[in-house]
Amino acid sequence: MAEVIVVTSGKGGVGKTTSTAALGAALAQTGQSVVVVDFDVGLRNLDLVMGAERRVVYDLINVANGEVRLQQALIRDKRIETLYLLAASQTRDKDALSEDGVRRCIGELQGRFDWVICDSPAGIERGATLAMRYADLAVVVTNPEVSSVRDSDRIIGLLDSKTMKAAKGERMEKLLLLTRYDKVRAGRGDMLNIDDVLEILSIPLLGIIPESEEVLRASNIGAPVTIANPQSAAARAYGDAARRLNGESVPMTIPANRQTLLHRLFGRRAAA
Amino acid sequence: MKLFRLLTGRRSAPLARERLQILLTHERGATGHSGLIAVLREDILRVIAKHVDVAPEKVEVRVEHGEEVAVLAIDVEIPEAAARAAMPRRGGWAA
Repeated sequence: MAEVIVVTSGKGGVGKTTSTAALGAALAQTGQSVVVVDFDVGLRNLDLVMGAERRVVYDLINVANGEVRLQQALIRDKRIETLYLLAASQTRDKDALSEDGVRRCIGELQGRFDWVICDSPAGIERGATLAMRYADLAVVVTNPEVSSVRDSDRIIGLLDSKTMKAAKGERMEKLLLLTRYDKVRAGRGDMLNIDDVLEILSIPLLGIIPESEEVLRASNIGAPVTIANPQSAAARAYGDAARRLNGESVPMTIPANRQTLLHRLFGRRAAA
Repeated sequence: MKLFRLLTGRRSAPLARERLQILLTHERGATGHSGLIAVLREDILRVIAKHVDVAPEKVEVRVEHGEEVAVLAIDVEIPEAAARAAMPRRGGWAA
């Protein structure tokens, strides 16, 4: 039976889709079967980040409404054979998704895969609550920035009240994935540091993803960063986070990009 | 800006942290989810566990709303043996 994970944040643009793709690919690279599911109906993007945008025929709504079989809607990744995508619909709106349909669809995916990773839409409305509804575990993606931390706090409240686990009186497991972290700026006291965010949100840490140019490059070419450049700092950090999800004990470090001396001297950008 | 910071020694992150802590304590109450209670419960549990072996489920934290004031009620059930050991001895050096 698969573990169902929701990748959520409240705030948009913090890295949910990037993280879903990167964690999904990293888990699939271990040989386990993984499906990444886009719940952002009307604003789908996981297909684009995964490089499968031209292969979407059927989507989550078609499956949830029983219009097609799951098999017809699943898109197999061309690089990792145990990685699959279930896209969101781009033309319909989120009300086309019924709670019952989502339950049946997740149930069917659970039977087929080792991991089901649901990419939540931003916000706290229906789309976001449906994405988290049947999850066993939540990965809360947060930037070290006040509005993101506030929204994550709100999402944690929803996870504790709107999920099936919460409804059954069980504890919903929530893990923090701190993304776009800049060790230098945090060290200077210009960015919330890891301890600040952990103390405020008080959920366990899954990983720290450093700010990295490789993330944009990976989405440009349509590959999860863990595939696009496995040696990059962001990819190694996602790899570590995936191993922790897998139950391995991995020391919490913040991987750094390897820089040449020339790069260090001339490559530094002006502080914003 | 850099010069300004050098002169005043101001860092922005501590301010961000303080603003968030104040805001979220308030919002957690307003949106009705018991974040504050959960945090209090964990902190209380941690402090007690330093001194007495106590089962997590034996610590209950709740807010009782009255007409004028709300009361924070904390019930902690501890094993009898631990309670006895924790009691100050009569005629000890507390005088």
